[in-house]
Amino acid sequence: MDFSMAPGTFLFEAWQARASLLQGLGVTMLSSALSIVIATVCGLAMGVALAYGWWWLRLVARLYVDLMRGIPLLVLILFTYYGLALFGINVPAFWAGVIALGAFATAHVAENFRGAVQSVPAGQMEAAKAIGLTFGKRLSYVILPQAVRRMLPPWVNTALEIVKGTTLLSIIGVVELLLSAQQAMARNYMIIDFYLLTTALYVAINFTLAQLGASLERRFSYLRY
Amino acid sequence: MIDYHFDWSVIARNADKLTDALLLGLGLAVVSLLIGSVIGLLAAYARVSGKAWLSAPVWAYVEFIRCTPLLLLIFFLYFGLPEFDVTFLDKTQSFVLSLSLYAGAYMCEVFRAGLASIPKQYVEAAKAIGLRPWQRQAYVILPVMFRITLPSIGNNLISLFKDTSLAAAIAVPELTFTARQINANTFRVMEVWLTASALYLASAYLIAMMLRLLERRYASIR
Repeated sequence: MDFSMAPGTFLFEAWQARASLLQGLGVTMLSSALSIVIATVCGLAMGVALAYGWWWLRLVARLYVDLMRGIPLLVLILFTYYGLALFGINVPAFWAGVIALGAFATAHVAENFRGAVQSVPAGQMEAAKAIGLTFGKRLSYVILPQAVRRMLPPWVNTALEIVKGTTLLSIIGVVELLLSAQQAMARNYMIIDFYLLTTALYVAINFTLAQLGASLERRFSYLRY
Repeated sequence: MIDYHFDWSVIARNADKLTDALLLGLGLAVVSLLIGSVIGLLAAYARVSGKAWLSAPVWAYVEFIRCTPLLLLIFFLYFGLPEFDVTFLDKTQSFVLSLSLYAGAYMCEVFRAGLASIPKQYVEAAKAIGLRPWQRQAYVILPVMFRITLPSIGNNLISLFKDTSLAAAIAVPELTFTARQINANTFRVMEVWLTASALYLASAYLIAMMLRLLERRYASIR
């Protein structure tokens, strides 16, 4: 690789494409962040339904979680993208993708929440009931502070999966990092260089997330129920 | 949506195409799992070898693959390898290579955990009855490890099957690609994507059920 800035070299071309690459990186980060927020909020609500809901609510939530985990993310994205238009909802590809990603990750967060909450020994819930706490107080003062330590490491993994999943938005034409790099390649044919650059960026983001998850896991490794 | 009339004849007309596509996806997943398992097993042995020059590259490989989006890996190999004059791979083979490398990293972690969870007494007993090192591996450690890791291998197969949908991006005619094609030709959006989703779901459940039977038969040793 030639590291001078003369026209026709990789650094020159990368500098030429900096605006669109940075914009692509921004779209990747924004879509990831939005999906993570949607998945966390909806996933927690669905997790409560999975763990403590009436039987019919549990059934619906369980059905949703199993559906989402059995269908490939790409099919969900394409289905959302083409399907929403049928309902007269004309959303841009970006939002169709974020909705699909969020709906997909909601199932993972919900299942993770259920597992974490149910790993808290039953005696804790019984003791909280015995001293007369209401359901909301039992959850927020007794169960959640213990369950959250179990939830954080897999939650970070879900976030990592979402960041990786945003590359699929390129297939429905959202110009995120991968597609913006491919657009640069279409101009200068520097396929290897630009794929390496893109890979390095993804690895940088995801490795940071993975280390965060691992450090959380170590932080809470004293937990033994 | 109120005006949407379902017309399932589109699916009936393309039934054989969809079946072929589904079978291709299953085949891609199984082949990738097999190659990935070989890579993963070698990598896992390198990882537990205790030699830094063996385990460090494997660590880098596993972390690199886990942090790279699969779609990027697929594009990289499909468009990038010809730059290195590797032109004999067609798109299906190139996809299998990507998915195998991807699976290899995950299988390495599975096997590493499996090797670590083999009870010490098994190895000691094998030594005590005078088995040679390779006999210990072939008759004691590997069979036990495969039984312990069977559920994880199964989970990996299912997620690899779902990942074969990404082959659509480089025009491998598997289920997602075929569904997209029928969708573009007929614009029967609901029928096509409901069918594709149902086929993926049903296959994933069928695999899961078969694996549960297998697990019951080769119950893991406790």
